[in-house]
Amino acid sequence: MFELLGIPPQALFGQLLLGLINGAFYAMLSLGLAVIFGMLNVINFTHGAQYMMGAFAAWLMLTILDIPFWVALVLAPLVVGLFGIVLEKVLLKRIYHLDHLYGFLLTFGLALVIEGLFQWKWGSSGAPYPSPIPGGTNLGFMFLPTYRGFVVVAALVICLVTWYGIERTKFGAYLRAATENPTLVRAFGINVPRLITLTYGLGVGLAALAGVLAAPIQQVSALMGVNLVLVVFAVVVIGGMGSIMGSIVTGFGLGLVEGLTKVFYPPASNTVIFVVMAIVLLVKPAGLFGQTK
Amino acid sequence: MVPVMAETLLKVDGLQAWYGESHILHGVGFEIGHGELVTLLGRNGAGKTTTLKSVMGIVEKRTGSVTFEGRQLVGHPSNEIARLGIAYCPEERGIFSSLNVEENLLLPPVVKPGGMSLAEIYQLFPNLEERRRSQGTKLSGGEQQMLAIGRILRTGAPLLLLDEPTEGLAPVIVQRIGDIIRQLKSRGFTILLVEQNFHFAATVADRHYVMEDGRVVDMIASADVQQNIGKLQAYLGV
Repeated sequence: MFELLGIPPQALFGQLLLGLINGAFYAMLSLGLAVIFGMLNVINFTHGAQYMMGAFAAWLMLTILDIPFWVALVLAPLVVGLFGIVLEKVLLKRIYHLDHLYGFLLTFGLALVIEGLFQWKWGSSGAPYPSPIPGGTNLGFMFLPTYRGFVVVAALVICLVTWYGIERTKFGAYLRAATENPTLVRAFGINVPRLITLTYGLGVGLAALAGVLAAPIQQVSALMGVNLVLVVFAVVVIGGMGSIMGSIVTGFGLGLVEGLTKVFYPPASNTVIFVVMAIVLLVKPAGLFGQTK
Repeated sequence: MVPVMAETLLKVDGLQAWYGESHILHGVGFEIGHGELVTLLGRNGAGKTTTLKSVMGIVEKRTGSVTFEGRQLVGHPSNEIARLGIAYCPEERGIFSSLNVEENLLLPPVVKPGGMSLAEIYQLFPNLEERRRSQGTKLSGGEQQMLAIGRILRTGAPLLLLDEPTEGLAPVIVQRIGDIIRQLKSRGFTILLVEQNFHFAATVADRHYVMEDGRVVDMIASADVQQNIGKLQAYLGV
């Protein structure tokens, strides 16, 4: 067996897999944030809470209604996405003409309220969600739990489908055009306010989908999105606000960077992403894939 | 000779419009018949562009009456107005940089049957076909103008609002745009054209409305332009 700088391969590949899984969640969440920011010009601080709601929806569906994971994987994002649509129609659409600060205050406040309510009802200790595909494979250099492998592949597929939808379809062309010049797109006969509502629902649904995927890996708890969303915002800043491919590449990339840091210098693993963010902001203020507006 | 007015397609009456606190239009009135090509002439700031935007429903506030095929447009959002069959080509052209040429062309949805096909549009603007995969904003000014006009021909809208299509273009391109506008008229499009370039306008239009300080102050048929040249020059300050 080979050794790398005195690191046993099990530890190295184990951490790389963990990094890849974290990166998968970073990518899915920052993708939703990028889509929402591009269209609404609102930084959605409720994203972590909506991720948590996705996990909770799946857990409640299983424990109360006996709905299996694979059904919840479709159903939970729909329910939470619908909640996002209501949120947009009732609250968010009132603040588009105001400064960014109001969008921040509203979505941040909403996250606190939502997480507070879930904590009040279900506590914060968390509930387990059984793995839908138990077991794993011994790859020789490491043990790969089947479900975790599935999450990485599923996240990749979700990211690529979203990218394709935005960059290669008619609906995506409307989105891109409306991001640039909503007034003109509307004057061509497209109902831009409805497009904005749908986009928010889509971004929120994406967060919830990530939440469902996370449920069997993490404990389902009211505060599961709090820390994650901080890292995801760093990912978005590094990748460049509003860039779709940037979010995907940066999400997976930073997950791996974090994993490697855990192997080679564990004390820095919690801060490495923020250090990268500071450096990127110094060198390329618009982010790695961002364009200055 | 006074041109015989065809059946009225667009009728604007007592139209007022505001941007924030500033009151731009103070009661604009004019009408266009089916198949006519009419221009709005006037100095900078007379309210020509605002008139087009008010017809289209993209000013902050407007009152008065704009009817299209007898239907009232004031009070309706721009996406509904477009669906009735009015297509708008803005002064700044509005080419989307995140879309390539063909995506730009295909962006405005078809609102009525009878629009031109993509092939017909490429026949009219061969340059656009050559550059169909280029980013929209990488085109030259003239090509961007052709793209901005071309993309509203697919929609089937019978009324085109063109805002200064010749602005900032070389004379040879202006001539080309003139040819195209005449072709569009002969295809049966009704066109409301805003122009600064009076000499250009005189070569393509049936009639001219002259605007001053947010009002229409005069109407001159193209046939009568020579007799009224002094008056026109005074209006336009040339």
